[in-house]
Amino acid sequence: MPQQPDVPLDGLYGDLIMAHYRSPHNNTPLDDADVEAEEFNPFCGDRATLQLKLDAHGKVCGVSARSEGCSIIRAATSILSDLLNDKSLSEVEEMGQKFRTLMQSGLGEEADGLGDLLALQVVRRYPVRIKCALLPMVALEEGIKAYRAKTH
Amino acid sequence: MTTGAAFDVNKVRGDFPLLKQQVNGNPLIYLDNGATSQKPQSVIDAIVRYYTTTNSNVHRGVHTLSQLATEDYEGARAKIRKFINAGEDREIIFTRNTTEGINLVAHSYARHNVGPGDDIIVSNMEHHSNIVPWQMLCEEKGANLRVVPIDDTGELLMDEYEKMLGPRTKLVSITHVSNALGTILPAAKIVQMAHAHGAAVLLDGAQAVPHMPVDMKELDCDFYAFSGHKLFGPTGIGILYGKAEFLEAMPPFMGGGDMIKSVTFEKTIYNDLPYKFEAGTPDIAGAIALGAAVDYVSNLGFDQITAHEEELLRYGTEALSSIAGVKLIGTAAHKAGILSFVMDKAHPHDIGTILDEQGIAIRTGHHCAQPVMQRFQIPATARASLAFYNTKEDIDALVKGIDRVLEVFS
Repeated sequence: MPQQPDVPLDGLYGDLIMAHYRSPHNNTPLDDADVEAEEFNPFCGDRATLQLKLDAHGKVCGVSARSEGCSIIRAATSILSDLLNDKSLSEVEEMGQKFRTLMQSGLGEEADGLGDLLALQVVRRYPVRIKCALLPMVALEEGIKAYRAKTH
Repeated sequence: MTTGAAFDVNKVRGDFPLLKQQVNGNPLIYLDNGATSQKPQSVIDAIVRYYTTTNSNVHRGVHTLSQLATEDYEGARAKIRKFINAGEDREIIFTRNTTEGINLVAHSYARHNVGPGDDIIVSNMEHHSNIVPWQMLCEEKGANLRVVPIDDTGELLMDEYEKMLGPRTKLVSITHVSNALGTILPAAKIVQMAHAHGAAVLLDGAQAVPHMPVDMKELDCDFYAFSGHKLFGPTGIGILYGKAEFLEAMPPFMGGGDMIKSVTFEKTIYNDLPYKFEAGTPDIAGAIALGAAVDYVSNLGFDQITAHEEELLRYGTEALSSIAGVKLIGTAAHKAGILSFVMDKAHPHDIGTILDEQGIAIRTGHHCAQPVMQRFQIPATARASLAFYNTKEDIDALVKGIDRVLEVFS
């Protein structure tokens, strides 16, 4: 048997992930968003669509996050959407980097600020599905890049 | 042949060492045979025996080992010829896999026989490997790729196919058994109709050869491609059958050693069949082991294999159909052992993960057949695919696994 990463075995279908899967947060579309982000994974038909509204100081003041697909992408999108308000786009990207490190290499020294995204580290036990967990963050990063290109 | 003797599935399972293992603390239930099959000990032994006793290059040396290796390699070709009832050994080309066989026909046959405005016909239930090479060729040649539609059960619409055939049809390339749906296509009829319009036919036999006898004389197709690894042989070896008169007329696919008779800088004379299409040192161990796989399957006999698999498929179809919230995708009247399904409440990847925790291996995703998923308007399916070593207990475990999915996603 191949060695499994040393992460909790229970919890992929635990309460937190399933709660977000069943009732995703912040899933009402915004019609005046500043940042528009969408990413599609044709391998399994997963899709994540995120929108951000920014205030006068460039901080997130409105979030919409919708997704289609498996429990992981739907939970990841919903959990992420709860962590975006009041952050600048650079802070969102910083969180994205931490989340990516968490998912790819395990808990780093600076895992603070990831909130319930920490629950998704259970997905590390299923390497082929890590990309499902990262898809909404990848979408957001691309959306932020596109927003910067448009406004600068 | 042991036909007549009772089929003892437990004895057969004993020949497959991998099936004995535990996965995630449960006995392995291997239901991903459409992706690749497990290997009997005799196939594994053939590889070990080759590398420990006869490893040497073929068709080159005068020394003893080279002669032994050549005999075994050519012996495997003869076994495969007999297995698919082809006329001559030289009609059997060793390739890497089905994909390479299809690409060989695209580059060496179709490129020289398909022109601007001509048609190549495929079906809506092809694997990507029987779509993309033709798209590439059509783009290069200004030819048209025509797609025969399928109905809601996954059956090819033969009257639509009939309408598509015409003087511009140069090639029909269609699967013998659908990998995503399990449909067994009326291959002989498809060939006959294409020939009536002067078109050549390639059949993708990757999912057919493990489940049923295939007979080149009966099918009368011009090309037939399949992979060794789905036929209980190793990965990295496959077969392209081609009618000798086609292969003779075709230019080589790749240049190199073994495919030539003589080389000068002024002129190179190509070798005879089948070597013209086997440039470079081939997968000698793979070919010999595929020969051992064909021996194994022939010894079991398709009478027994087909009867056992049909019974399993019937049992599995009934079991899955009776679970509320499960829908089978692909319900054609004639099917090989494939049970593709979706669930109301759970995405196929979640189904796959929950089953895996119970040691059950299935495939989830689009099965390299995205046009099939588009046809049924689904992103993906969960697919249990059978082999002769599967049992009713395996199906029962699958049903229990699906119950667990329903529990989690209730």
